[in-house]
Amino acid sequence: MSEPVLEIKALTRRFGKFVAVDALTLSVKAGEVFGLLGSNGAGKTTTIKMLVTLLPPSSGEASVAGFSITSQAVDVRRTIGYVPQAVSVDGSLTGYENLLIFAKLYDLPRREQQARIREALEFMGLSADAGRMVSQYSGGMVRRLEIAQSTLHRPQVLFLDEPTVGLDPIARDAVWKHLADLRTNYGTTLFFTTHYLEEAESYCDRIAVMHLGKVAALGTTKELEDSLGEGEHTLNDVFMHYAGGILDSGGSFRNVSYERATAQRLG
Amino acid sequence: MTATLIHPLTGFIEKTFVITEFELRKLRHDFTELITRALQPALWLVIFGQVFSRNGAMHTGNIPYLDFIAPGILAQSVLFVAIFYGINVIWERDLGIVQRFLASPTPRAALVLGKGFSAGIRTLSQAVIVYVISLLLGVKLNWSPLALLNVLVIIVLGATLFSTFSLIVACIVKTRERFMGVGQVLTMPLFFASNAIYPIAIMPDWLKTIAHLNPLSYVVDALRAFMLAGGTSALGVGRDYAVILLTTAILVFIGARLYPHLAW
Repeated sequence: MSEPVLEIKALTRRFGKFVAVDALTLSVKAGEVFGLLGSNGAGKTTTIKMLVTLLPPSSGEASVAGFSITSQAVDVRRTIGYVPQAVSVDGSLTGYENLLIFAKLYDLPRREQQARIREALEFMGLSADAGRMVSQYSGGMVRRLEIAQSTLHRPQVLFLDEPTVGLDPIARDAVWKHLADLRTNYGTTLFFTTHYLEEAESYCDRIAVMHLGKVAALGTTKELEDSLGEGEHTLNDVFMHYAGGILDSGGSFRNVSYERATAQRLG
Repeated sequence: MTATLIHPLTGFIEKTFVITEFELRKLRHDFTELITRALQPALWLVIFGQVFSRNGAMHTGNIPYLDFIAPGILAQSVLFVAIFYGINVIWERDLGIVQRFLASPTPRAALVLGKGFSAGIRTLSQAVIVYVISLLLGVKLNWSPLALLNVLVIIVLGATLFSTFSLIVACIVKTRERFMGVGQVLTMPLFFASNAIYPIAIMPDWLKTIAHLNPLSYVVDALRAFMLAGGTSALGVGRDYAVILLTTAILVFIGARLYPHLAW
């Protein structure tokens, strides 16, 4: 819990004149559960996309497990797991097949593939449904399968973009229980974005509140609440203080329709 | 030194086949697609082919028009299936599947080529139907194993070529609506500016030039050489293979460059 596994230095992404992520600097320790909070359009998804090497930064740098996201992208990809916001498993295959393809893509030794898949299915509580088509899975099961798929190769850091969007509270709890187990058993660092403040409060070691592409506040829940000064404060107050102000300013049509489509597919 | 040279290549080939396997496993769960796709070539051969052969309007040299058109229709069905393949990529982008694959260490070119091969294997059902109908209509086919193998390789390569082209279009236009529009615009010119249903020799000069630049002409030409008993190539089989392979390689290279942009 000491060495930083993720180092972000002045990471910036522009789309034309619009600055989506503005000189973001952060450091996440190995084994930490780190939550990125922010309103729509704050730059959370853009940040994750850069860290998982899907989107090249306009300037700045970041390293994951010591590998640069710009010059050592393939090494980064081997070290990380990524669960995008939208549904990333294929509904026209079984749960087992979805895992098998990724076991092969990540070069798991042939002898170990079956054992790893079995273990991942068991770990995510999906053993009984491995042979069913994913199109028949519930939203929570789809998310758990995605997490199983993204952790088959035992990544050091697991990136999750809105992992519980569109799930009911029971499915959400189940997803979080399994994520917490991942950290306990394998020491996986979790880096995730969310809109749900109570999730951040319950599960994160530290939180960064992003606003207009920048880190507006950073710390443990308690540190953030204390930063507002005298009196009782909740994380909601923290969020309103740092990310509020300009009401409903962010997000684009594409982002919103994407998110709603995901919620609909999972829900 | 040799080991370091060989490893990335075997890794690349292995990953290409994993992607092909991923696509083909979907087909195993739902093969209605294979049956519906077989209908179109059947219609072209039975209706268009029969009418034009009766009319005798086409000068196709020593071979009957139906024999002439059978390889053309096979190539056409390969083209029609492959050219709309990119729509799947847009669909996978609207889900998070493209993003998920791109965040894995799989080489980009293997992602593109693997998808292309799967499109190629999907066209095999059409080859079967074209052969069956051709047989029923009395087309003289070449049944030698070597000729059949060549036909197989050519249609898989042809489908890989055009599906990769389709993937490139998908990477550029990015939405289903625009893609369908562009696909419609491209299909007919590619088909009519080729030797699929009439010989290049009877075309006006400007169209001859286009037909020679059109990869479909080389697919058709090679199929005509291998599919028919006593079939001959007008352009040269070696040249057909060279053009098809080189074009595919260039398209895969471009596709691998553009594919990551889908995740932006």
